[in-house]
Amino acid sequence: MANIQLRNVRKAFGAVEVIKGIDLDIQSGEFMVFVGPSGCGKSTLLRLVAGLEDITSGELSFDGKIVNGLAPSKRGIAMVFQSYALYPHMTVYANMAFGMQLQGGGKEEIKKRVEAAAELLQITPYLARLPKQLSGGQRQRVAIGRAIVRDPKVFLFDEPLSNLDAALRVATRLEIAKLHHDMHNVTMVYVTHDQVEAMTLADRICVLRDGLVEQVGTPLELYENPQSLFVAGFIGSPKMNFLTGKFAEPFKAKTIGARSEHLEVKSNGSGLWKGEVIHSENLGSDSYIYVNVGSDEPLIVRENGTALHQAGDVLSVGLIEGEKLHKFDAVGKPFDA
Amino acid sequence: MATDTLAPPMAMPGVRIKSELMQQRVRAARWFLLPMLIALAVVAGWPLLRSIYFSFTDASLNNLYGAEWVGFNNYLRWTTLDSGKTVYRGLLVDPKWWGAVGNTLRFAAYSVTFEAIFGMIVALVLNAEFKGRGIVRAAILIPWAIPTIVSAKMWSWMLNDQFGILNDLGMRLGLLSQKVAWTANSDTAMTAVLIVDIWKTTPFMALLILAGLQMIPKDIYEAAEIDGVHPVKQFFRITLPLVRPALMVAIIFRLLDALRIFDLIYVLTPNSDSTKTMSVLARENLFDFDKFAYGSAMSTLLFLIIAILTILYIWLGKVRFDGGDR
Repeated sequence: MANIQLRNVRKAFGAVEVIKGIDLDIQSGEFMVFVGPSGCGKSTLLRLVAGLEDITSGELSFDGKIVNGLAPSKRGIAMVFQSYALYPHMTVYANMAFGMQLQGGGKEEIKKRVEAAAELLQITPYLARLPKQLSGGQRQRVAIGRAIVRDPKVFLFDEPLSNLDAALRVATRLEIAKLHHDMHNVTMVYVTHDQVEAMTLADRICVLRDGLVEQVGTPLELYENPQSLFVAGFIGSPKMNFLTGKFAEPFKAKTIGARSEHLEVKSNGSGLWKGEVIHSENLGSDSYIYVNVGSDEPLIVRENGTALHQAGDVLSVGLIEGEKLHKFDAVGKPFDA
Repeated sequence: MATDTLAPPMAMPGVRIKSELMQQRVRAARWFLLPMLIALAVVAGWPLLRSIYFSFTDASLNNLYGAEWVGFNNYLRWTTLDSGKTVYRGLLVDPKWWGAVGNTLRFAAYSVTFEAIFGMIVALVLNAEFKGRGIVRAAILIPWAIPTIVSAKMWSWMLNDQFGILNDLGMRLGLLSQKVAWTANSDTAMTAVLIVDIWKTTPFMALLILAGLQMIPKDIYEAAEIDGVHPVKQFFRITLPLVRPALMVAIIFRLLDALRIFDLIYVLTPNSDSTKTMSVLARENLFDFDKFAYGSAMSTLLFLIIAILTILYIWLGKVRFDGGDR
């Protein structure tokens, strides 16, 4: 239950500026995801919010109160680390209870809260174990449990799923989404480099690039109306197809973009581009056809079901009726015309 | 999500292959251990057995090979006088020996305790990030790198009652009312020895503890920061338990060294009954007094005492040498 406000926040490590002036409002109860390529400053930004790093200049406030100089433990936050950061010499129970014990919580109250959190995360059978006796997924749940027990106003997640295998990642993602739903008053800030995690979890996504905010919006806004070439390329999987040069000229744009799911094979040859199939990926439910139309990179076209096209086939590719082409000018800004 | 099911155990063939691999590894390990075992047997095992043997004989320096077996006489023997009074002799009732045992244990207890405390403080400082940390780390090793004979002589001059800088400083600052013969005075001799030993071996302790500290992942401290752990509590609840395995191993190294202490005391406070340790006394009997058999008995007892203390320490302290309990 906290609004977080960042006003021209900057962070420099020595002479290197990592965060270059960020203005952002995170609403109370919102699930905000920071996403961006590695080195964009997303983890640093989270650590600034947590108070683990000092803000070089600018203002950070929680509910209108400036917290720049406030110790992490006084900010009403809880953080889940990528590496779990569990205390290796304490049992699961002690790990979860430690923070409350230090704040002088009553024994009964601590027990109640730890057990409730353990119940929620289904780790009750492991309460007496040490972290080293748990699997990666269980450890991450303990780390989340430790955060829940603190009963924070703000939950911070620093790439919590990147040490888990693919299946566990999906399951834990679901769990975090459920957690956000159950604790609807809690503001959550989540850092990831995985745009799928961002799309599936976020109420709003903040795309960062090189220490600056590239775009903030709901997942759908970012998907449908990317405000830059960078966001267009970053959000969506597979990456949006970009065509430049002579392919873009007919549209009076520097670059045009089309998502693979908005393209189709025109059997009557009425497509915009023509080319030879160089590869196709079969995922069962759908397939991706790589078509060499003469641009720098092959055009990727998504088709339902399994691919019927072999390498060497010549296809005509065009937009699906009603889908739009993204047009970008010389500086990578979108325009409609 | 609720249950992370583990893969079912491998079928039997897999187990068999693994055990063959294991056997091969065990064989290889034995071959690699062999040279070390041979070297140990030659330089440690044989001399030890010889010492134990001599302790049951009447050997002297000029009659080593013609020594005769006398049983436990060097340890304890008694004669009943005509008056009916029984007189006990031998190492086990030798007050000089028990005095040396007391000195050694006192020395070991004080030196290891202070070295552990100071070593921990130094290690914590060196573990913090500051400019020039690399140089300080190297510099702090200097006292340990100086040969004991050199540092003992150096300190004996600094502690000298007439010309020593410590007495001079103490007098000028008004801390001492008169010059003290630190090494010669039986009240201060042990203190002098302890000061020099602590000065000399704290760096070693610090380095071992520092290695342990660097094994602790940084993110745990960040989690602690968010949990709001007070720095003092952080040390006792997080750092100390996690560095304990390294600390215990460091202490055992130092304990073994301290119980065998010889060179420092021999150079700094020769012939002082208040600092004479088991090793010093054994050497004195072996070579100075030509009581080779009696000195061998002392060496044997010294070995037994150290062995018992070490075993007790490992057992009571639950020391593990495989990199701790993480």
